[in-house]
Amino acid sequence: MSEAVIGKSVRRKEDKRFLTGSGQYTDDVTLPRQTCAYFLRSPHAHAVIRKIDTAAAQAAPGVVAVFTGDDLAAAKVGGLPCGWLITDVNGQPMKEPPHPPLAQGKVRYVGDTVACVIAETVYQAKDAAELIDVDYEVLPAVVRPDDAIKPGAPAVHDIAPDNVCYVWSHGDKVATDQAFEHAAHVTKLDFINNRLIPNAIEPRAAVAQYSRAEDSYTLHVANQNPHVERLLMTAFVLGLPEHKVRVIAPDVGGGFGSKIYLYAEETVITWASKQVGRPIKWTAERSESFLSDAHGRDHVTHAELALDNNGKFLAMRVRTTANLGAYLSTFASCIPTILYATLLAGQYTTPAIHCEVTGVFTNTSPVDAYRGAGRPEAAFVVERLVAAAARELGIDQADLRRRNFITEFPYQTPVGLTYDAGNFNATLDEAVKLADVAGFEMRRQEAERRGKLRGLGYSCYIEACGLAPSNLAGQLGARAGLFEAGEVRVHPTGSVTVFTGSHSHGQGHETTFAQVVADRLGIAVDSVDIVHGDTGRIPFGMGTYGSRSLAVGGAAIMKALDKIIAKGSKIAAHLLEAAEADIEYDHGTFRVAGTDRGKTIAEVAFAAYVPHNYPLGELEPGLDESAFYDPTNFTYPAGSHICEVEIDPETGVTRVVNFTAVDDFGRIINPMIVEGQVHGGLAQGIGQALLENGVYDTDSGQLVTGTYMDYAMPRADDLPSFKVDTQMTPCTHNPLGVKGCGEAGAIGAPPAVINAVIDALAPRGVTHIEMPATPERVWRALQTAKPSRAKAA
Amino acid sequence: MHAFEFQRPKDLKHAATLARKTENARLLAGGQSLLPTMRLRLASPDAMIDLGGLQELRGIRLEGTQLVIGAMTRHAEVAASKDVMMAIPALAHLAADIGDRQVRNMGTLGGSLANDDPAADYPAAVLGLGATVNTYKRAIPADKFFKGLYETALRSGEIIVSVSFPLVKRAAYAKFKNPASRFAIVGVFVSETAGNVRVAVTGAGAAGVFRAKDMEKKLAANFALEAIAKSRISPDKLTSDIHASAEYRSHLITVMAQRAVAAALVGK
Repeated sequence: MSEAVIGKSVRRKEDKRFLTGSGQYTDDVTLPRQTCAYFLRSPHAHAVIRKIDTAAAQAAPGVVAVFTGDDLAAAKVGGLPCGWLITDVNGQPMKEPPHPPLAQGKVRYVGDTVACVIAETVYQAKDAAELIDVDYEVLPAVVRPDDAIKPGAPAVHDIAPDNVCYVWSHGDKVATDQAFEHAAHVTKLDFINNRLIPNAIEPRAAVAQYSRAEDSYTLHVANQNPHVERLLMTAFVLGLPEHKVRVIAPDVGGGFGSKIYLYAEETVITWASKQVGRPIKWTAERSESFLSDAHGRDHVTHAELALDNNGKFLAMRVRTTANLGAYLSTFASCIPTILYATLLAGQYTTPAIHCEVTGVFTNTSPVDAYRGAGRPEAAFVVERLVAAAARELGIDQADLRRRNFITEFPYQTPVGLTYDAGNFNATLDEAVKLADVAGFEMRRQEAERRGKLRGLGYSCYIEACGLAPSNLAGQLGARAGLFEAGEVRVHPTGSVTVFTGSHSHGQGHETTFAQVVADRLGIAVDSVDIVHGDTGRIPFGMGTYGSRSLAVGGAAIMKALDKIIAKGSKIAAHLLEAAEADIEYDHGTFRVAGTDRGKTIAEVAFAAYVPHNYPLGELEPGLDESAFYDPTNFTYPAGSHICEVEIDPETGVTRVVNFTAVDDFGRIINPMIVEGQVHGGLAQGIGQALLENGVYDTDSGQLVTGTYMDYAMPRADDLPSFKVDTQMTPCTHNPLGVKGCGEAGAIGAPPAVINAVIDALAPRGVTHIEMPATPERVWRALQTAKPSRAKAA
Repeated sequence: MHAFEFQRPKDLKHAATLARKTENARLLAGGQSLLPTMRLRLASPDAMIDLGGLQELRGIRLEGTQLVIGAMTRHAEVAASKDVMMAIPALAHLAADIGDRQVRNMGTLGGSLANDDPAADYPAAVLGLGATVNTYKRAIPADKFFKGLYETALRSGEIIVSVSFPLVKRAAYAKFKNPASRFAIVGVFVSETAGNVRVAVTGAGAAGVFRAKDMEKKLAANFALEAIAKSRISPDKLTSDIHASAEYRSHLITVMAQRAVAAALVGK
């Protein structure tokens, strides 16, 4: 049985409840005597709060309480913390301005929380919020990162008058500059990595309940890491004992990073649930999600690549200004630094790399990790540079990449990572075949006859997942561990419940993890249930982000399974009157090697819980083991994506007509789930490249793309039928050999799409286009370009 | 959404009386624009007068040289109607591409015209076909109906009963969609009757739907793509937003007009 479980597209166990509408999301939780919260948000990007008058709101029908920043300050509620300390180039810690859960004295972005109204119904709370009179003195606002560092720009925080949170650098500057001096060719690019708004299908939501009888709190919250949420909220903001707060993240409808963080809303209602003595529910409206979920990306970058006469990369130099938003969100500081600059080697042997990042405050929603988190930005830098260099030098796109691929592992990059395994030629070869690159010229000519422009774009990305040894992360500024925990409970009759610190919000852990356990124990997948997302039930774990669940969480479960088998072997040795050393575990049976004598795991488990014939002197009863796993290195998923676009030069409309993704995720447990993850990631990556753009008005600081009328989400008819395949080099340092697959599509796709657009437009003289490559941008590029006959490969 | 009083008149006369007598009331047709606006609390009527039960406002029928469509006819009904398909196929195609499936199943012809969203599709058809908007008290020619952004010739409480579309030799609608909302960034409706061509543009005008008279003249002389290749609407009269500048819209109007002419010529 077990051979068939791993690598099999087992149907998702969770889909029955999701597809029949019986999932239990936070908003489905309704408690007796529940009240509803509504947050009054700032209509201004930047303003002094002169006065807040809540009297009329307090007296409005159904209102239970109204709280403002003053109430939280009086109750000594702290600010929302940042979980990663970045040290700047001068050895100084980053600027960490306070982030009060309800604004105190000033509002700093449109959507900043100003007051919380708690009422019998959400409509009463909303009606009452309209009666709150806030006297604002509106200040000038700044929204673009490059504007924020100009002299005279409005200061978002007094402690950072130049809006600079940190200037941080990475890599060897001297070696890099020297290599540039001697380079035969230098490719230079300036570009923006556009701001994205996450748009999980389930908006953020929370239900907080205080029990007077137990002096304890229960918080249901749409979140990706309930233990982290609890630790941050209790230890850093509310000053509550951790054991008196239970955080439950039930079914969660997508996160993409946006539900990692500790937000103001759940913090305020947890505190308030004791003040009002009743449970409080808050569910974001979609327009609140647009305003207040942490956004992603938003970089302005200048990048250079130095090459020798043979097209070998000599050095890379990158200067990025990264928008951090109005306050530091939970992991905001490490995304454009640690998770960005360390990936700039890509798949290549570039010997010298230097990167400088200026993290800046603006009057916009906080910016933090969003699917890929730093790595898509890095892949975009590398793959845009490589594509531009190939075009400038007239070298075939695949050929230039092959000349520079890393081929020997382990490989130490000049930006601090050690790649343990990979086969970049294999993924590129397969992608070239699958994308029918050989037939492209025919397709291009056929399109040309129809008046259309076709282009082909490559992206050979690498990412670092399963973040990473805790001690190394600590040296880099992490204020949290990065292990994962798992517990395997074998029940007396042999079925199994697994408790994991990982959290599933769409990834299918209940199936994939069950496959891992079923395979190791040689039992049926249906005999294994996975429990996650409840600090009252699971061991302390770090949750799910950065494609870490299987690589780190799965490894913790594997370690616990090893303990189960070790203990089971002892029990079986006793039952079988054999030496422990002679016991082998084989497909669900502890067997005396070389004989047909054995005990099934169910028999062993039964003996463990009904220990009548049991070595009680040497062994505790029970068959229930837990383990913590701290990875020794990142995992390095990598792949080659090839995008083919067709552009209508009359309108500027770009259609993705083919998209091929060949990825190396190491060992694959469930190919169907992996393919689904790749599809979703590609949709988001193509969305970033062609459609999505978070735009703030540069004068007023209003979010212009605050609804689906203006924020263009990719839809099914925007996307082709993807060609997806995998190559496999197992990860060498985790017990499953897995690397992670959740973010790959979002990382690989944007440069592939933009490189394809430029390839299509190059014969008309276009060399640059910003994301998203909207029809007007493409049309304008065609109007202003100088046609050139020089078409490079 | 704020609380409001919901009224369901039993016939047109009753509806007209309620509309005249109720303070701060709004007529509810399909609700596809009004209800989201109310949900965002940008509109807060005290009363809603639901036109959904009025049989006088339903139905599609051919009356001589006119195709008459009741104001409460849903977009999906127009799209699926054999009569519309036979009489003015361009109108059925236009209706089939409004919004999304949910919008088409609820949204109505009369609601769309009364709202007069500058990016709506139906105003282009009504103006581009030279239709007549019939209210319960008068008939308003298309050229006099549209008055600007969200503004029409309708008086307060005046209810649209039907729209009469003249049958034409050929017609077509070409739309360039906003990638986010899928409303028209530019939509051009072209029709030809004996010697008479109308070209109406939606989505682009700073003052709402308008006729492209230069294109009409050139197409009347020669109903062909090349006739309007150089005809441009000045960006000064057009709208600009993050999705499309006035200059780009000006360019797209010519491209979409040509595509509409091409479609009309092949009888689509």
